[in-house]
Amino acid sequence: MSDDELIWRIAGGSGDGIDSTSQNFAKALMRSGLNVFTHRHYPSRIRGGHTYVEIRAAAHEVQSRGDGYNFLLALGDSFARNPQEEAYYGNEEIKPLSENLDDLREGGVIIYDEGLVSEDDVEALDLEERAEENDWHVYPLDLRGLAKEHGREVMRNTAGVGATAALLDMELEHIEDLMEDAMGGDVLEANIEILHEAYDSVNEEYEFNHDLRAPTGEHDAEQALLSGSNAIAYGAIDAGCRFISGYPMTPWTDVFTILSQNFPDMGGISEQVEDEIAAAALAVGASHAGVKAMSGSSGGGFALMSEPLGLAEMTETPLVLIEAMRAGPSTGMPTKPEQGDLEHVLYTSQGDSQRVVFAPGSIEEAYEQTRLAFDIAWDYQIPTIIVYDQKLSGENTNVDVEFFDREPSPDLGSTLTEEELREAAHDNSGKFKRFNHEDAENGVAPRSLPGQKDGRYLATGNEHNPVGHISEDPDNRVHQMDRRLEKLESIRTELDEERESTQTYFGEDDAEYGIITWGSSQGAVEEAIERLNANGHSVKGLSVSDMVPFPEREVTEFVESVDEAMVVEMNATAQFRGLLQKELGRFGEKLTSLLKYNGNPFEPAEIVEGYEVNLADEDREPTAQVRIEPAAGD
Amino acid sequence: MSAFNAIGDEREIDRDEYTPGIEPQPTWCPGCGDFGVLKALKQALPEAGKTPEEVLTVTGIGCSGKLNSYLDTYGFHTIHGRALPVARAAKLANPELEVIAAGGDGDGYGIGGNHFIHSARENHDMTYIVFNNEIFGLTKGQTSPTSPKGHKSKTQPSGSAKTPLRPLSMSLNAGASYVARTAAVNPNQAKEIIKEAIEHDGFAHIDFLTQCPTWNKDARQYVPYIDVQESEDYDFDTTDRSEAAEMMRETEDVLNEGTVLTGRYYVDEDRQSYSQEKKAVGEMPDQPLAERYFDDDAEWERSYDLLDRHR
Repeated sequence: MSDDELIWRIAGGSGDGIDSTSQNFAKALMRSGLNVFTHRHYPSRIRGGHTYVEIRAAAHEVQSRGDGYNFLLALGDSFARNPQEEAYYGNEEIKPLSENLDDLREGGVIIYDEGLVSEDDVEALDLEERAEENDWHVYPLDLRGLAKEHGREVMRNTAGVGATAALLDMELEHIEDLMEDAMGGDVLEANIEILHEAYDSVNEEYEFNHDLRAPTGEHDAEQALLSGSNAIAYGAIDAGCRFISGYPMTPWTDVFTILSQNFPDMGGISEQVEDEIAAAALAVGASHAGVKAMSGSSGGGFALMSEPLGLAEMTETPLVLIEAMRAGPSTGMPTKPEQGDLEHVLYTSQGDSQRVVFAPGSIEEAYEQTRLAFDIAWDYQIPTIIVYDQKLSGENTNVDVEFFDREPSPDLGSTLTEEELREAAHDNSGKFKRFNHEDAENGVAPRSLPGQKDGRYLATGNEHNPVGHISEDPDNRVHQMDRRLEKLESIRTELDEERESTQTYFGEDDAEYGIITWGSSQGAVEEAIERLNANGHSVKGLSVSDMVPFPEREVTEFVESVDEAMVVEMNATAQFRGLLQKELGRFGEKLTSLLKYNGNPFEPAEIVEGYEVNLADEDREPTAQVRIEPAAGD
Repeated sequence: MSAFNAIGDEREIDRDEYTPGIEPQPTWCPGCGDFGVLKALKQALPEAGKTPEEVLTVTGIGCSGKLNSYLDTYGFHTIHGRALPVARAAKLANPELEVIAAGGDGDGYGIGGNHFIHSARENHDMTYIVFNNEIFGLTKGQTSPTSPKGHKSKTQPSGSAKTPLRPLSMSLNAGASYVARTAAVNPNQAKEIIKEAIEHDGFAHIDFLTQCPTWNKDARQYVPYIDVQESEDYDFDTTDRSEAAEMMRETEDVLNEGTVLTGRYYVDEDRQSYSQEKKAVGEMPDQPLAERYFDDDAEWERSYDLLDRHR
């Protein structure tokens, strides 16, 4: 935990504009030269219900939400359904102020909207007493009244931002610029007035007794603020994807929305269809006809894609699917993150079906690996899946603008032109040997597209012979299965030997202990390792992105190089550790697990604590809501 | 220059071109109505001026799904019930393709019913042939969505308690712009209807009665058939929804009493196809998307140019 950072939490009700306000404030902090990282927590309902966004901002790099928060702007929930006594979901009106208040750090600052939060409720919180104990600095302000006076009530978010800026001693310049980008006319005028009014009145009315100030920093290069969903969508665009089909489901909807909004201007096609079976089948159909296509969903919707996924594999139709995990099982907790669908993604669909699976660990990796997914899918004619989660989907962080200055790659991989088709192998009747196992390089038999001359063949989900006819001949079966399996081995070789590793390493090579993680828990693990090493431990980290084909060599080398390793993942059944042990067939006695599945992502401090309890053999239970699974034999 | 030169190739087409040079032995039983669909297609396609390589035949699973094993176009034999979403996307990706989707009554009206409703609703420009034999044939004779009430089978041993689904009415209500019923026992009408369906700009649904002599009726049980356009007993306007609806209802009712009515039931030439509608709202490119990947001069947009909103 560092003192030179701000973790600003804005809390209110769904529908109160928390998201857009926080987005602009995060950008203002970024423009002021800071690195930012956002964390979004929201309920599965349209209006009301406790929602908050945390923005962590510092001059140093920030890879996670950080630990707790040190500034609370509690706006009140204008859609709160309040409560008879003992209401099932508790007193909603006070939640923006009361929820997770214990996580507010010592010396922290609180603004709450007196206009919306009732005095009685505040009294019931023992706020005064707790503030004294924890050295919290409380500023009750009538944000609602101020907004009403100068504009409209809904502009109280702006008043809150103005008050925040005053208390943190920030200049208003960047905030104003962003408001000007977002609105105009009377609305802009009123908001600017409210911003200044709040800023000035806080400065005038209060003698500040807190130490927290906005950090200052400077960027070497121009920055852009993006979410993991942006990165996946942009990776797809740059890979030449111009067809997306889907059905709404949280959190996958973000990628679907971004591409649907951008495709019309790019000559692309977006289709919202009747269900996820159709969605994946449409992507297969578009790809079959020659377009780079993708689909995706979240857990329950992805379950419906199981059959089209198998069809794509069997017909060797290139396909990219994305799976945005949320807490399960079944409908689970729709807006909460979890890494619980790994086994679902790895094993769904009948038979010995093959697919490639990547789990990016950061915004940059989400972009890179989406592009990689398209390259692999179209080169090898195999379905490729990006598995990520609600956390990576919705968190925003700043990235160098230049990172995206790349050439697009719309290449169709192992697809033939008509000219090439004329030269390709045909059977005696002149039918194209689409699934020719005889001279397939790396197991790949180049394909034709409907409408091309001399390329006619049958694609079928049944086992088939080289021209595509249904065949149950044993020799042909073995040839075709072996050729399809060879593709995955060729991909393994390409990823291992020809491309830069997609795995991420932290810490010193010669460290004694290891922490292994995958996907979006990467950032919190990276920070935890830094902190552990600063505290005198000897720890290094490995974050794995290649789920299939599994990077056997890299993971083996890592595990062999340490005395013990702790596997950190956001699920209850240690799915990734299971995969690792299945793939490597050993190391059971060396691996423990730190698991979290309460609907909130890891904070670095929880991993530090898990490590200390677990690997440093401290004789105590973790205080966080996590579970430790011992190594085999322990 | 097109990368798909089989499309729009104006030449004489021999119907034999639609027969695979090395033909797989059909797996259909002797006397199966499916042969009637195959034959009618082989006649209709050349008459509609289509060359085999500009046609994509997308099928589901079941005996009907084997259609493209014996019809030598580009083919995609998909999974049970999912021919339509695959076919729709292929048509959107390359609208110049002639897309024909086909499947059985279980495939299209049962497991794929949702796709049928939405494909008709959206009015995709394609032909959809449902081989309606009122039974699950390939799995050996179970009751299907169009089996008559009381139909006994191994899985409905006391007779089905369900009234059969009304395929024509469902199609009309969902939004298909061409709805017809024909029968394998009526080859000339079948060919003409398929040709009309291919030429129709929109979703053309053909409920094709294909006898299953092994598990259900044989060909004689669909004879005599009556063509509602030719018979003097029936007079209705195929462009009038209400009249069409009434005629469809009667047709569905009397089939189970042994009267086989066939013909065109509803034709709406004015309704825009889905890709026309999509173009009108600016969500579909003018040129076939599939061509762009072969166009060396194509300019591909980059995410780098979208970053202003993120700064």
